[in-house]
Amino acid sequence: MIAAIALAVGVVLGVILHPTVPVGLQPYLPIAVVAALDAVFGAIRAILDGIFDDKVFVVSFIANVLVAALIVFLGDQLGVGSQLSTAVVVVLGIRIFSNAAAIRRHLFRA
Amino acid sequence: MTQEQPRKSGLRLLIDAGRPRATRAQVIGAVLCGLLGFALVTQVHSATGLGFTTARQSDLVDILDSLSSRSDQLRAQIAAEQTSLAKLTGGTDQTQAALEEAQQRAATLEILAGTAAATGPGIDLQITDPQHQVAADDLLEALEELRDAGAEAIQITGSAAAAAAGATPAAGSVASADATPTAAPGASGHVVRLVASSYFVDAPDRSGIVIDGVLLAPPYDIVAIGDPHTMSTAMGIPGGVLDTLTAKGARGTVITHDAVQVTALHQVATPQYARPAPAVSSAG
Repeated sequence: MIAAIALAVGVVLGVILHPTVPVGLQPYLPIAVVAALDAVFGAIRAILDGIFDDKVFVVSFIANVLVAALIVFLGDQLGVGSQLSTAVVVVLGIRIFSNAAAIRRHLFRA
Repeated sequence: MTQEQPRKSGLRLLIDAGRPRATRAQVIGAVLCGLLGFALVTQVHSATGLGFTTARQSDLVDILDSLSSRSDQLRAQIAAEQTSLAKLTGGTDQTQAALEEAQQRAATLEILAGTAAATGPGIDLQITDPQHQVAADDLLEALEELRDAGAEAIQITGSAAAAAAGATPAAGSVASADATPTAAPGASGHVVRLVASSYFVDAPDRSGIVIDGVLLAPPYDIVAIGDPHTMSTAMGIPGGVLDTLTAKGARGTVITHDAVQVTALHQVATPQYARPAPAVSSAG
């Protein structure tokens, strides 16, 4: 509940402050957002599975974001930044989908 | 009930997890979620805003490539459309020119065929024949002489036969050099346009001459459009039309005009069998 409220507060803050993304962060922010979404969905699934652990969630969240950003950074250095960020998005998207499917099965038994 | 239980437990698990607890992990999770929402909105804003500032160099090159190829395509399309436009415009011009030429030819042919009124310089040949001595041959000769001299449109006016038999009109006054610029055909009798198919027949009782089925009695008044000088000279050559008329006791007077009008029309019957043949190329 607190997490949901915090999410809403973050959204409202973003709308109100309307910040500009720093140039250095621009390639990483979208990937980081997708990675964080993956962590959130994974956490919800863990809650439903009854194996949720706060510490695991925090670590996985931060690790997801960092690893995704690292991959993109590496790709940029190698000259394949766009391809690698596409790969990251695809992988994370698949994970989000499978997590969402598990959540759906838990909630709706279908 | 056994099926209801797991669903409730799933929801309850979520609710239990969401129940506020002031643990440190809960707070950190909330902060992370808040960051996520913040970053999400920020990214959405920047993505919907300036699309190219966040793009990588290779992406920009790709975009530039696709844009330039698209622009090439559009340029080629513009060229093709302009070509067809020029074609169509040129076609319209050609059609217009052909139409004007055809209309001009039609007008010329109408004048030659006698189905249109005509005006232009010409002469007025007035023939008085008090003794009814002028025969069809004489008028035919006059007509041919006029044609030889280049007459392009000719009409002949005669008195109505009944009137001619009785009171002869004052031929002298008609022949006077009354400088009216245009002849006044048809004012006192029948008018016939002389065309290629015109024919001259002496009336049985010598009361006049039948031209194209119309009985004309003297005096005759022939109006011809053409070169006035040439035609008047042709009329006056020794042994020509005027001399013949004089020898027969009639009198012909030629008056040249700067503008005469040939208003009588020839009725053209639509051909029953003949049809226009397709144009044959002159190269054949």
